[in-house]
Amino acid sequence: MERNKTATLATIDATSLHYRNLNAQLRDLVAGGTEKIIINNVYGQRYIGTDLNKPVEIEIHGTPGNDLGAFMDGPTVTIYGNAQDGTGNTMNDGRIIVHGRAGDITGLSARGGEIYVRDSVGYRAGIHMKAFGDKMPALVIGSTAQDFVGEYMAGGVLILLGIGLEGNQHKASFIGTGMHGGAIYFRGSIEEHQLGKEVGIAELSGEDRTTLTRLVTKFSRYFNCDAEGILKEKFTKLYPKYLRPYGQLYTY
Amino acid sequence: MKDMRKVNNPHNDDKVIDACSIFGAMDVTGRRFSGNGVIKAITNMHDRSNGLGGGFAVYGLYPAYADSYAFHIMYLNDAAQNQTEAFLKENLHILYGEKVPTKPTAGIVNPPLFWRYFAEVGNHKLEDIPDDDYIVAKVMQINTTIDDVFVFSSGKNMGVFKGVGYPEQIAAYFCLEQYQGYLWTAHGRFPTNTPGWWGGAHPFSVLDWTVVHNGEISSYGINRRCLEQFGYQCTMQTDTEVVAYAVDLLVRKHGLPIELVAKILAPPFWSNISRQANGQKELLLTLRQVYGSLLLNGPFTFIIAHQGEMIGLTDRIRLRPLTVGEKGSMLYLSSEESAIRLVSPDLDRAWTPVGGEPVIGRLGKPLPSQRELVIAGVM
Repeated sequence: MERNKTATLATIDATSLHYRNLNAQLRDLVAGGTEKIIINNVYGQRYIGTDLNKPVEIEIHGTPGNDLGAFMDGPTVTIYGNAQDGTGNTMNDGRIIVHGRAGDITGLSARGGEIYVRDSVGYRAGIHMKAFGDKMPALVIGSTAQDFVGEYMAGGVLILLGIGLEGNQHKASFIGTGMHGGAIYFRGSIEEHQLGKEVGIAELSGEDRTTLTRLVTKFSRYFNCDAEGILKEKFTKLYPKYLRPYGQLYTY
Repeated sequence: MKDMRKVNNPHNDDKVIDACSIFGAMDVTGRRFSGNGVIKAITNMHDRSNGLGGGFAVYGLYPAYADSYAFHIMYLNDAAQNQTEAFLKENLHILYGEKVPTKPTAGIVNPPLFWRYFAEVGNHKLEDIPDDDYIVAKVMQINTTIDDVFVFSSGKNMGVFKGVGYPEQIAAYFCLEQYQGYLWTAHGRFPTNTPGWWGGAHPFSVLDWTVVHNGEISSYGINRRCLEQFGYQCTMQTDTEVVAYAVDLLVRKHGLPIELVAKILAPPFWSNISRQANGQKELLLTLRQVYGSLLLNGPFTFIIAHQGEMIGLTDRIRLRPLTVGEKGSMLYLSSEESAIRLVSPDLDRAWTPVGGEPVIGRLGKPLPSQRELVIAGVM
């Protein structure tokens, strides 16, 4: 670990470093007032950034392990590479920016903050994201997602930008299965049979547009693409039809 | 019983939650490579297993005996060895046998004996059945009628090394860095429903089929009963065993291509079948009717291998992870992308396959292009 006191910048070489020790180092650095941390040679260390609660900047070079940014509360984490499963698990605040793809259950149970993924994500992205008061998590995906995207979603915003999508067609099935809160906005086409039984299709309202524009503009800034061009095209909204879709499941 | 809190929990957590790790690497040109990269990759996923099982399968392992059956056998005592060797001599023509070289390794406790034999059927077979069938029958006979012996693998030019320990400990114990193969699979175990013992470590194997698995097969009972009707006896006390026998039955004996086998083990949902074009719909319905008892229920990711082929397959809603990495003629399959990147940082492509669709590497055939993968529905 090299630490530059005047610029409050630290660099960590994560080669062969166990995740417990890496995260302990991060906690110490952040508690000591370091504002930016660069982590090199990351290969699968889990929970990077967990329980950090200051708006520090963390730059990851390599392939971070599962549950990146779990329970995180404030930092901005930028990954130059792909993320694995469970990115942003139950994060409360902050940002995760993935210059690549992310694996399964991206944004799992997130309760605040923003996740931006340049390419695609795996299965069950946004599963059980939730929102309350001014806590409104957002998951913005550049291309597309695999099956069960938005599963059991209870709040927040999930966006599929459909960039580079073959035949303009999303292929995920069971989209929004069990969804009972929040909204999904997508560009590109989705057939009726790809949707879970609990979601309806709608046009975007003015308020939806405002949210979409705000998030797409940020996405475009991170990944250097044309926000206006993307926003010019048609987006469709998926919304939950029921507040408690399984309210009767185990009774009668 | 081993106190896992002391072994695996130096940070004294209330509960240790793990998952299995699986890894596979194949050079489709057939170039043989050492186990170092595979060992490094599976070691990187150390935290997914808990020291109660590790194992490796290697193909292209014994070129000097490429045409004879290589038996890897575990003995719990000398009596088992004597009895088994007598049985082998009576039923096969043994070309050569030796103790598998091992070295004392920290963490490997009370290892059983390991021997390997190279054998031919010769003129021992009385009935007019294929040699492979004869070998399967003899393996089943050893596993069920002789005490304290288990055949770990019995294929040509391949072998399984496995036991109780972390995969890196098993690799060190069997000196796997000294072997070469064109296809390697590896497993780190976190036992869920069945005991952690030497025979219960992955890979599971019969003939040259091997399977490493992350997940649980809740249909084990019905799968096992189905396979017993075809002469396969489950003796390893672990659900994964049925998959090795199922692929041997479906591919070798029933002659089905692996693409169709995937539709049997992980069939599409009825709602999906109903949307298929005529012809395809009938095919999928027929497979479900004929082979319904081999449907695998529960969450799983497998790496299945045999001579010349490595297959990655997840359950149809991918409840366990699988990442594919490709670099030139190398195909990598792994529970985590980071393990692949560690041995091949500059991949041509890294992606996660569609649930229930097989990712296949074939000897002598270039890896499919992105376009072909999309058409096949895997990507």
